[in-house]
Amino acid sequence: MIEIAAGMFIVLALFFFISGSIGLLRLPDGYSRLHALTKADNLGFGLLILGLLLLQMDLLIAIKLLLVWLLVMAASAVSAHLIAQRARRQERGLWKP
Amino acid sequence: MEALTSWQILDLLLISALLALAWTAMAAKDLRRAVALFIAFGLLLALTWVRLRAPDIALAEAAIGAGLTGALLLAAASDEPDPVPSGRISAAGVVLTVVSAGLAVVLGWVFVATVQQADSTRLAEEVFANVETTGVSNPVTSVLLNFRAYDTLLELAVLLIAVLGVLALGPARAGYGAPGPVLSLLARRLVPLIILVSGYLLWAGAHAPGGAFQAGALLAAAGVLLRLTGTTNGGLPGDGAFRTLIVAGVAVFLAVGLSLMLAGRPFLGFPVAWAGSLILAIETAATLSIAAILLAAFLAGDPKHAAANRGSKTWQRTHKTQGHANEL
Amino acid sequence: MSYDQILYGLTGVALFSMGLRGAFFPGALLRRVLAINIAGAGVFLLLIAIAYRGLQSVPDPVPHALVLTGIVVAFSATALALALGRFLRERSDDE
Repeated sequence: MIEIAAGMFIVLALFFFISGSIGLLRLPDGYSRLHALTKADNLGFGLLILGLLLLQMDLLIAIKLLLVWLLVMAASAVSAHLIAQRARRQERGLWKP
Repeated sequence: MEALTSWQILDLLLISALLALAWTAMAAKDLRRAVALFIAFGLLLALTWVRLRAPDIALAEAAIGAGLTGALLLAAASDEPDPVPSGRISAAGVVLTVVSAGLAVVLGWVFVATVQQADSTRLAEEVFANVETTGVSNPVTSVLLNFRAYDTLLELAVLLIAVLGVLALGPARAGYGAPGPVLSLLARRLVPLIILVSGYLLWAGAHAPGGAFQAGALLAAAGVLLRLTGTTNGGLPGDGAFRTLIVAGVAVFLAVGLSLMLAGRPFLGFPVAWAGSLILAIETAATLSIAAILLAAFLAGDPKHAAANRGSKTWQRTHKTQGHANEL
Repeated sequence: MSYDQILYGLTGVALFSMGLRGAFFPGALLRRVLAINIAGAGVFLLLIAIAYRGLQSVPDPVPHALVLTGIVVAFSATALALALGRFLRERSDDE
């Protein structure tokens, strides 16, 4: 039962990762690509960790998984911010519809 | 044709991704893109190590192979003006490709033929039979720091020689300016955590994947993070303490080995009762030493002169952006 | 000897020859250093594939120790090569 729920979360996470990658390939502008990548990937990653948490009955491993989740979120948020700031400063063109 | 198991699907995906990433990393037009692809290749390689049941190697690959090497190559890529490759197919290039393809075929055939021979007694059996006498229970650490301790001593000496070479070649690269609030917040929170995790890896190396190399590389990564947020020497201490740090690994190793010789045992022949503590002492000194060495190698020079360095003429030419040269 | 061992070993050989070809190809120093790193990764993959004993049993730790040493030494060699390249470039620029 729990394994089915965990499996569903992991498949959902996979869907979000794939859509983030499609956004990376298809969106026209650097900023929108960053947006798609960070948002979709963070959500996908959170769901992945949730699914893995359901499979783990050990408290210590669960705490480590949560720590991994926090660190990856922090790192991806900061790097997305830095990339966007750099692109803004270099006046990379915005895509005009 | 039987159905593919999920492990086989994973293997095929991993291998094709590795080959594709290596190919595009070498064929990329832009240097920075090539380095970014190489970092991705390093991360997938770390995943491959986990698949092949080598978690110690996976930790080291993620920290050193993907992380530190990627950061080093990226810093060098911003230094160097990139000559655009001509794109012509030259005769030398074709000969080179044919020769390396032929070499691949020969090596592959040799590998398959060797692996298919009957299994003779390998060193692994001896290791597994004697792990209890080494003072640690992780077999990789026991091989690294007890059975083949001499090799590890020589390797630390090689690291020391390499960093002496780097230090002799001139001052460190120019540093970066003050960071924005987001990056400095991240660095403030992350660096203590990294130090803690590095200490844990050093301790856990005795009974779980981990050890001196992984812990040292993680500490060096903390130093790189510090450098990126304005501490130009990456947290390395000044002259005397720095020299003590980089020599400490080899020095402690040699001291332990020689004092064992004075006590009548062979060089680096640990007595069973003391092996665990001696290995821990050696690993602690090695961690600090490896961290200082890797960080100094990343700085590409003497940390003492890092703050005063305005950058070479080449660097200044390729960073003509007025006034924004040192900002992140 | 198992099929995934052979598969990963052959991948290591392929990576090694790709990296070797890229290392000798004339171009920027950084590209060649990158290619040498990829060749090194191929050699490590070959060694770990030799050490692999299947998913259920503990692998051979001796090649693991060799590869761990190799990874660290490869990084220091890369750093030295890049420092040498930078030194030579600055010398030829200043003259």
